[in-house]
Amino acid sequence: MTIDWTHFTPWASLAGGVLLGIASALFILVNGRILGISGILGGLLVPKRGDTGWRVAFLLGMLAAPAALALLAPAGFVSPPRIDAGYVAIVIAGLLVGYGTRLGSGCTSGHGVCGLSRLSPRSLVATGTFMAAGFAIVFAMRHLF
Amino acid sequence: MKRNTALRASELFVGLLFGVGLLISGMTDPGKVLGFLDLAGAWDPSLAFVMGGAIAVAFFAFAAARKRTRNFFGGALHLPASRDIDKRLVIGALLFGAGWGLAGFCPGPGIVSMAAGQPKALLFVVAMLVGMAIFEFTDRLSRRTTSAA
Repeated sequence: MTIDWTHFTPWASLAGGVLLGIASALFILVNGRILGISGILGGLLVPKRGDTGWRVAFLLGMLAAPAALALLAPAGFVSPPRIDAGYVAIVIAGLLVGYGTRLGSGCTSGHGVCGLSRLSPRSLVATGTFMAAGFAIVFAMRHLF
Repeated sequence: MKRNTALRASELFVGLLFGVGLLISGMTDPGKVLGFLDLAGAWDPSLAFVMGGAIAVAFFAFAAARKRTRNFFGGALHLPASRDIDKRLVIGALLFGAGWGLAGFCPGPGIVSMAAGQPKALLFVVAMLVGMAIFEFTDRLSRRTTSAA
């Protein structure tokens, strides 16, 4: 195994991760909700009375994040994203992520961060499974084809 | 401030904090995500630090939440009730992981990247919403057939 030292950002990633942890902690203790993006978003597709306001408020906060960070942090603080996937791959990926996260009741935030923090066996299985699928797909795309 | 306004404001703040965390962590860079998923290539272990940092904090919050019945505002504490490890969970996670590995976007970073003005992220989020809608439709259909039988 070789480490990609040029792109490795242990401190920024740890600091960002701690912020994700603080956000998840606040959301359960202050608001009484699991911070899971696919669930928060998916719940808006079949809206129930009295169950949409918190979802919209959270998502609006998320949408404001790039602008807020641009105001507070110096230019170039966040490195520009490398999006190599073509348009067809992006569409297939979006469909799979949308359908899969709803069928499996969660994604990287709900199962990965909150579920593992709760020591939920169900989330441990889900996280292990989607990570394994991710490893397998990337291996197939980069080293087999 | 009315309780509802305070609730909405706190949810907005948490969403903002989460989005900023995603940007700082590198999760909104698909190249970084795929670098983590590429164990056989030049491996970028950063994402393990994201997960580690997040869980190290959230673990204590959920330990505290387990002993509580009410949230800070006095409302309900919505902890997941489902404990089933079934076909839906595993197949769903498999499909999600495949999509994640295909483009390097998961739901949160896709949304934040879209807000940062990335056209491909916008396309991803639209496709993701379509995927979610297909799930709702087929799920309802299959439930109707099950209850009819």
